[in-house]
Amino acid sequence: MADLSVNVAGVKFNNPLIAASGTFGFGREYGEFYPLEKLGGISCKGITLKRRDGNPPPRIAETPSGILNAVGLQNPGVDAFINDDLPWLKQQNTVVIANIAGNTVEEYCQMAEKLSDTDVDMIELNISCPNVKSGGVQFGTSCESVENITSEVRKHCTKPLVVKLSPNVTDIASIAQSAEAGGADAVSMINTLTGMKIDINSRRPIIRNNTGGLSGAAVFPVAVRMVWQVSNAIKIPIIGMGGITTWEDAVEMLIAGASALQIGTVLFSDPYAPIKINEGINKFLDDNGIKSVTELTGTVKPW
Amino acid sequence: MKYDVRQLTLISNDKIADGIYDMRLEYAQDDLPVSCGQFAHVYVPGKSLRRPISVCDCSDGVLRLVYQVKGEGTKIMSAMKPGEKVDVLVPLGNGFDIQKGKKYCLIGGGIGVPPMLYTAKQCDSPVAITGFRDESLVILQDDFKSAGAETVLVTDNGSAGAKGFVTDILKERINEFDEVCACGPTPMLKAVAEVCREYGKPCQISLEERMACGIGACLVCAVKVRKNGGEIMQHVCKNGPVFNAEEVVF
Repeated sequence: MADLSVNVAGVKFNNPLIAASGTFGFGREYGEFYPLEKLGGISCKGITLKRRDGNPPPRIAETPSGILNAVGLQNPGVDAFINDDLPWLKQQNTVVIANIAGNTVEEYCQMAEKLSDTDVDMIELNISCPNVKSGGVQFGTSCESVENITSEVRKHCTKPLVVKLSPNVTDIASIAQSAEAGGADAVSMINTLTGMKIDINSRRPIIRNNTGGLSGAAVFPVAVRMVWQVSNAIKIPIIGMGGITTWEDAVEMLIAGASALQIGTVLFSDPYAPIKINEGINKFLDDNGIKSVTELTGTVKPW
Repeated sequence: MKYDVRQLTLISNDKIADGIYDMRLEYAQDDLPVSCGQFAHVYVPGKSLRRPISVCDCSDGVLRLVYQVKGEGTKIMSAMKPGEKVDVLVPLGNGFDIQKGKKYCLIGGGIGVPPMLYTAKQCDSPVAITGFRDESLVILQDDFKSAGAETVLVTDNGSAGAKGFVTDILKERINEFDEVCACGPTPMLKAVAEVCREYGKPCQISLEERMACGIGACLVCAVKVRKNGGEIMQHVCKNGPVFNAEEVVF
């Protein structure tokens, strides 16, 4: 049995698999399949300062080897999260990451401040949601705004701060450098790629929001490439995600440069995927005589 | 643990009407506490999403899913063969609330008809009004009769049963019923809900929406409902698929 534990920004995870924000709610539902302590951590559904109802349905479409979604940050608001969900989550013996999104820099700062006074283990700054009209990705697509929002939130955040990056940019490595310069403790990447699917008979987009975020196996090679590029550009750790479906994908993402992983879309077809992937990683490590999963991170041998 | 993924053996998967298939899966008896109106989330090899299919029947060790081939996923399902293991997440959702001694009118439209069969089995002498586009799509009439239901068949063009809509029959006979339960296309459900409101009859409707997780975590299958004087987003998979028609904002 190899050591699967990892450490990201001073936070210890029992294994490298974290449920990705937006696919796992606040954990209660998947907690009816298996104890959540089987996961290294949970990145909670993105929360905003005030309750949001999200976008009108349909909010999802299936695409080749993936899905498009446009939920639009439906959530009960930060106070309801802190009062109703966080106490339960903290009893689950897994790392709890609060994912926050705002309309303004001030809203992000207010939420970071509120959450810094709680038992949340980490804060993930969501500046990459493609499915809301204001806020979200508008903060995440230029180096100046990424550095600005990161440094502003940093002033109000006493928890380890992870900045979640959008892949819908020209040069993700320079965006990651801006997050690092702004004081991020880690980056998580990638959020979804914007996409669209049209019904050829009605000529209507399937998703009511017209466009949505693409996730699932289809985006995996893009995510691996971006994690590799970013790992060459920054010193802070990377939480890698984007289409991880099998344990082989997980190992590949670690080798590309990730210190921990998030998985999401695969849960919809196989709720037990995190458990199977951890078993697969463990066997790979044992078969190769590797004692700790941390020894894989960034060991790609590029040509 | 409340949820589990089951590997069920496929017994048969026959075409019963134009584009409509009847999948029967074997389960260990006493091991599948499905109530009427709940659904099964079927894994389709090679697809990113499971397919939510309402339970048509669940008795004597057989889980029955009657589905329409609409896209790639259901096409793959229709090619599954007897003996194959099918990966099913079941039971999910909240079904119809059926009470003893009440006279129920069960209404199904098109591929919304199958869940009304298992519902009929829980009711005392229900009336099952089923509507289809035309005779090529008519299903389950004998099954409803065997379940003890009085069947009333309508088609849009009169090629089978009476010509017209389910709501035409509902209006004629509504005074016979204590409560109405319905599943079908949204315009039909809206019309049924309006008739029930007009005549002051309680009405439960089963909704459909594009779905991912099936358990209320991903929040994609949203439906707007009225609660405590305000409107909120609930989810077909977890809060439904059956809702009080009075609460649904169409």
